[in-house]
Amino acid sequence: MSSAAAVTVAGVWKFYGDYPALRNVSLDAEPGACLAMIGRNGAGKTTLLRTIAGFSRPGKGEIKIFGAGPRDAETRRSMGFIGHGISVYDELSAFENLVLYGKLYQLPDPKKSAMQWLERTGLERVKDGLVREFSRGMRQRLAVARAFLHEPRVLLLDEPFTALDDRAIAVLQTVLREALAGGKTIVMSTHQLREALELATHVALLNRGQVAFHGPCTPEMVADPGWVYARYGEG
Amino acid sequence: MRFLRLTGVVMMKDLRAELRTKEAVNASLSFALVVLVLFSFAFDPDDETMKSISGGLLWIVFAFAGTLLINRSFARELPNDCLDALISAPIPAAALLLGKALANFVLVLAVELVALPLFGIFYNVHWTAQFPQLMLVILLATWGMTITGTIFSALTVNIRLREVMLPILNFPILIPALLGAMQLTSSLVAGQPITDANSSWLKMLIGFDIMYTAVSLFLVELVLVQ
Repeated sequence: MSSAAAVTVAGVWKFYGDYPALRNVSLDAEPGACLAMIGRNGAGKTTLLRTIAGFSRPGKGEIKIFGAGPRDAETRRSMGFIGHGISVYDELSAFENLVLYGKLYQLPDPKKSAMQWLERTGLERVKDGLVREFSRGMRQRLAVARAFLHEPRVLLLDEPFTALDDRAIAVLQTVLREALAGGKTIVMSTHQLREALELATHVALLNRGQVAFHGPCTPEMVADPGWVYARYGEG
Repeated sequence: MRFLRLTGVVMMKDLRAELRTKEAVNASLSFALVVLVLFSFAFDPDDETMKSISGGLLWIVFAFAGTLLINRSFARELPNDCLDALISAPIPAAALLLGKALANFVLVLAVELVALPLFGIFYNVHWTAQFPQLMLVILLATWGMTITGTIFSALTVNIRLREVMLPILNFPILIPALLGAMQLTSSLVAGQPITDANSSWLKMLIGFDIMYTAVSLFLVELVLVQ
């Protein structure tokens, strides 16, 4: 286990009943790295990401974010998560949603932070509109604003490019590139290899709950996103 | 101070979200009114037996109507995976539970206060006879109902049959509080104040609230993080 790592997963097992969804998974991500976790459906990517995020406890093994447990309050303050849902409330306006999360993350000026991110994601004109009236693309951009609002040091992204429209993909890629340039750490699970490998510095291939490959992202992988599957996966 | 501020943020969020749609409040209020009206057909309001069971009847209505509201508490977080965002936010799980329980308490209390005068009219009961003491009993029993209901709402949020599971789990736990509330309410609406003879029910209500609030706040982190 590297003490300098931003995210460390050491010997993690996760069971659903008797079924081991994760089997002795060990990997880490250095500060400023972007780790793309790839694998077939059911390989354990989402389970691993949710366990790293602290939504569920590992059956065995240990997870550390900058040396602290995922449920530690400071760790949670430094973590941003985008899951399968947009994690904003349909009954509240875009501005109210971001101010709510700003208050929950105890930002010094939640309203100012909310306005800044509404502007960055191009939603400032509809800030008082209820989320239930938003188009799918607008909701996705709001989800990005929600996840980045508190300037997290570690970003955990579960299938971040899935079902995004072009504008939302552009917004997400821009903020992810800025985050990486700013030394933030990104761990993402994805099926969209081309978009992910453009950003990734490291790749982890999961196969039936085990790490089949974990290493730097190479030019071969970027040139042919299927290469890592062919070389280390089930083909 | 930080804990209370975060509790307030969660409470206001839940109240605002509910008051925008009024889905759960309308369902709960409609249910309470319909049951009160239907029971009024079944019982003779002038019958003495009616007076003795009025407290029980009222609390059965409050318990089921309250369950409809409390069921939505954590279920409201499901549609857009908002629960993930709440769990990953740096707020104590106890503040999250307390905020939600307080929002439920306000909403359930509002439904009860609308239903109470109608109960007086339909059942010919003088509910104002010992109003301050009746309010104390309602406040204590409603808090007991909402704190246990909210923790069970968190526990059953990912279960498909949560609407059924919540009352099945919550009502057996609530028996002591409901029993106390029923006994005291029957006496109070009959015009008899709380005396030494029945103050033990009041003490039990207070004890129930303290014990289950402490247990719920202690357990909620375990409940939310599987």
